[in-house]
Amino acid sequence: MEEYTLLRQFADSWMLLVLFVFFVGIVIWVFRPGASKEYKDTANIPFRHADAPASQQDQDKATPQEGDKPAESKEARK
Amino acid sequence: MSNYIKLIVLGLVVIFAAIGSNYARDLAYQVHAILVMLIAGGLFIWTLRNTDEPDILIDRSGEYMDDVIRYGVIATAFWGVVGFLAGTFIAFQLAFPVLNFEWAQGYLNFGRLRPLHTSAVIFAFGGNALIATSFYVVQRTSAARLWGGNLAWFVFWGYQLFIVLAATGYVLGGTQSKEYAEPEWYVDLWLTVVWVAYLAVFLGTIVKRKEPHIYVANWFYLAFIVTVAMLHLVNNMTIPVSIWGSKSVIVWSGVQDAMIQWWYGHNAVGFFLTAGFLGMMYYFIPKQAERPVFSYKLSIIHFWALIFLYIWAGPHHLHYTALPDWASTLGMVFSIVLWMPSWGGMINGLMTLSGAWDKLRTDPVIRMMVISVGFYGMSTFEGPMMSIRAVNSLSHYTDWTIGHVHSGALGWNGMITFGALYFLVPVLWKRERLYSLQMVSWHFWLATIGIVLYAASMWVTGIMEGLMWREVDANGFLVNSFADTVAAKFPMYVVRALGGVLFVAGSLIMCYNLWMTVRRAPVKEASLTVAVPAE
Repeated sequence: MEEYTLLRQFADSWMLLVLFVFFVGIVIWVFRPGASKEYKDTANIPFRHADAPASQQDQDKATPQEGDKPAESKEARK
Repeated sequence: MSNYIKLIVLGLVVIFAAIGSNYARDLAYQVHAILVMLIAGGLFIWTLRNTDEPDILIDRSGEYMDDVIRYGVIATAFWGVVGFLAGTFIAFQLAFPVLNFEWAQGYLNFGRLRPLHTSAVIFAFGGNALIATSFYVVQRTSAARLWGGNLAWFVFWGYQLFIVLAATGYVLGGTQSKEYAEPEWYVDLWLTVVWVAYLAVFLGTIVKRKEPHIYVANWFYLAFIVTVAMLHLVNNMTIPVSIWGSKSVIVWSGVQDAMIQWWYGHNAVGFFLTAGFLGMMYYFIPKQAERPVFSYKLSIIHFWALIFLYIWAGPHHLHYTALPDWASTLGMVFSIVLWMPSWGGMINGLMTLSGAWDKLRTDPVIRMMVISVGFYGMSTFEGPMMSIRAVNSLSHYTDWTIGHVHSGALGWNGMITFGALYFLVPVLWKRERLYSLQMVSWHFWLATIGIVLYAASMWVTGIMEGLMWREVDANGFLVNSFADTVAAKFPMYVVRALGGVLFVAGSLIMCYNLWMTVRRAPVKEASLTVAVPAE
């Protein structure tokens, strides 16, 4: 088979399937149980560490807590 | 030690450029060789003077690398004004051809200045805005200082050199005539080096992040950097005719070349002007509105949908050409499906303000950001519509396309960048606030009215032109000559140029305002957040 037809067939079948399944997988993964809580924390990243990088002390204190002022604003929406 | 290597490299570059300036086969190459020789020579002397000086190592890991961002903000504002002025001038050239001065023929006529304008606004203004904001955002959202030390400076200055080489090249005739990819082979190679350094700085910072998650803005920025690298490499596969000349020949031919060019061209829009600027939107709108993004889930789906769809939309630039029908249908279908993620992203940006809509009344900066997202929604509605083959048969090659591009570029890219600049300058120069909010309002209205004049006049002239071109009489002969359409377009061209004048005026007010913010606005009290331990 010539190269073009071969690539074309592959693109039309397996590659299409892989990309499609990957995308659907992401959508399902986004709505997995427990995601909302995690994303709430992630969405507040811009409101932490505005002035300086995380220092070593912050690091030892385990992963970020519920943010400082962002939490209120999120609550305010509800 | 590294200084000795630098000196050897710079010395070799100086010698090579000196030889190049002597053997140069064309003017653009000669001027560039002299330019490179002078810059490399200057750097050589500077490096020499600093060699074997005692190293003073200051530990700066406790603070963000902001000086390169301050330079980036200045460069953005500067190139913005240059690009807008060039655009306004060529708009007047189209309305009044006498402005193609006889004494400047071959240098400053419309054909030479147009790519200068597009590259100045997209790559110089937009590119500097993207580099500066991405450096700002990636540090804040990773809670880490930029990786790579002075590499960020190399990215900044290397990119400025790219801009200067590209711009002077266009005026002097060094161009490979590919839309948005005009710079010749050696400028392309230089940009590749700079871009790899940019990717390294950005990825390095993400890798050493202190936040467990990569914030969505960084995903968009990363997609922009990686995709632009890929597009740039594939679309610039050229073989130079001579190492001493700027002319090169592309390895693709015929319709493949056209398809690759518009695969590049459309994704320059999709990943440079959309994905990168969406990164800006996902950081600066939440910051200015002081509330997190409306839906983080939607932002993830937005990202993957945009990435998966945009890359296929290019063929809609080649309807009714030698491109096979299936390919142009594919491009058209994907363009229309693209409505979904585009509007999803727009809704996400706008709804971030839900519960804080009153800020629109009091804060002209957020107003600027909101209208930019509005223009994003408008032009991502218009674009898919124009990609439909039947609509395209009317709109293609007319001024409608130019109007569409500008409602996107001025409205979406311009306004979100202005918003980001208004946010960044007080923060970066540690000022309490902007010098004048009233001036921001003036800028907002001048720019908005300018864009409306621009887009509306281009709709009218574009549709009129398209209809005049296809008008036939009872015997099937064309009714209008090309010159008839040019004459009919004159009033709209004047309106368009006036729209440009308003937009430039707005940007000049912004520059004054930002300048006075640095000079006059009250200094921010030392932030308490640094001193207070995070409980």
